[in-house]
Amino acid sequence: MPNSGTEHTVKAFDTDINELRGMVAEIGGRSEQAIAKAMKALEKHDLKLANQVVEEDKLIDDLERRIDDLTFQTIALRAPMADDLRELIATFKISGVVERIGDYAKNIAKRVPLITKSKKLGPISLLPSMSKVASELVRDSLEAFARRDADLAEEVSERDQVVDDFYTSIFRATITHMIENPKDIGEAAHLLFIAKNLERIGDHATNVAEMVYFAAKGEQMPERDRGENPTDIWNDAEAKE
Amino acid sequence: MNDIEHIENGSETASGGVSSISAGEGSPKMTTRNVEVYYGEKQAINGVSIDINMDNVTAFIGPSGCGKSTFLRCLNRMNDTIPIAKVTGDIELDNEDIYAPDMDVVQLRARVGMVFQKPNPFPKSIYDNIAYGPRIHGLASGKDELDHIVETSLQRAGLWGEVQDRLDDSGTALSGGQQQRLCIARAIAVDPEVILMDEPCSALDPIATAKIEELIHEIRGKYAIVIVTHNMQQAARVSQRTAFFHLGTLVEYGVTSDIFTNPTQEKTRDYITGRYG
Repeated sequence: MPNSGTEHTVKAFDTDINELRGMVAEIGGRSEQAIAKAMKALEKHDLKLANQVVEEDKLIDDLERRIDDLTFQTIALRAPMADDLRELIATFKISGVVERIGDYAKNIAKRVPLITKSKKLGPISLLPSMSKVASELVRDSLEAFARRDADLAEEVSERDQVVDDFYTSIFRATITHMIENPKDIGEAAHLLFIAKNLERIGDHATNVAEMVYFAAKGEQMPERDRGENPTDIWNDAEAKE
Repeated sequence: MNDIEHIENGSETASGGVSSISAGEGSPKMTTRNVEVYYGEKQAINGVSIDINMDNVTAFIGPSGCGKSTFLRCLNRMNDTIPIAKVTGDIELDNEDIYAPDMDVVQLRARVGMVFQKPNPFPKSIYDNIAYGPRIHGLASGKDELDHIVETSLQRAGLWGEVQDRLDDSGTALSGGQQQRLCIARAIAVDPEVILMDEPCSALDPIATAKIEELIHEIRGKYAIVIVTHNMQQAARVSQRTAFFHLGTLVEYGVTSDIFTNPTQEKTRDYITGRYG
């Protein structure tokens, strides 16, 4: 947003907006941390850490409520216009999306106790790299929000393709593993859900980026080509056989 | 002339603002080109070019002293009443120069009516407040016709139901909001083409304000309406086009929803978001 540094004549408006920006940064930081902790718990099979992620998700939920309350209140009391209005609408939507990111991290953490023979599940080795990229997308989308940076937002949206590609690879490898090792199907299915969660985290980071772009420019981010759907690939392969 | 062609294409004006001066679809009811107003030595309006059409409510917004009221008053030559005021540039109503020497100013003000900030009914009956204009302009040939004009005008102004049983009461006995609607009815009675409103709600409470806004919405399309307002929410609610004035210059003129969600000019943005000075 241009010139977001200029202060409002009514200083209390700036106080509200700054408080909201602070809370968005905090909810973003907590979600990013939740992903990292959930993945670490998965790698080390650390049930205590996994449980901590589940517990800490309540803080994220609480932050979302506080952000929504203050946004709602600010819109009602300050009647914001132009870039102020766009930022508040974006804040309102971003808080919901980032809360969902926290839920996906929690969901990963909940599956940690169910994956006991991770060493035998080959495709699991791709998950740390995938989660690193997904996590960076979350961080950068919120960085773009803090800086009102439409270019970085667009870049995040494009980079989501890397996460999608990881998912496609893991999907294929896991299906193959399931066919070859039918007794691993249960655990492999959890692995697939974890990969899907990470893929959804990437999508949600893109959603955040789209709102940042809107807040900064006052127009929607141009649609990007979403690439191939891994399920379609599988169906195609099946059809060809 | 080059300047005007230049801004008609929606590019930058000499004063640095970016505005389309067109009022959108349809032929404009009023056009102004390079209007400048001087009060003695002091220049109050600096080269304003704008189109106003029938279908839109056009709002003029801007901080105090920005020239929006002065500019509004050019549109029916109200500035003629101020001896030191001088208006230059072209202002046309249906392609007719309203500053032409042979223009009948009384007739012009019947065609371009005005409603002021403070309700100013005549100290006469409600009936006579409305009937006065049609009488002096000879719009009614008899009592029945005059009664009809009074009734329709009050109906259009949304006041008929409240006053039909007491048309002989004094106009000044009505509440502030009713008085303002009486003034709008009085303007409507002489069958104007354009109605100028100079902060018509600033002396009214929110309910009376809402009634006036509803009235503006009802009569939109029958008359070209231009409203000057300090209340940006009101401009956002009632208008389809908004013009932002600053220091006598037209900074931005565009579709109201664009102006309030995504203004193109920094000055507009600072003003509507409450960052101005």
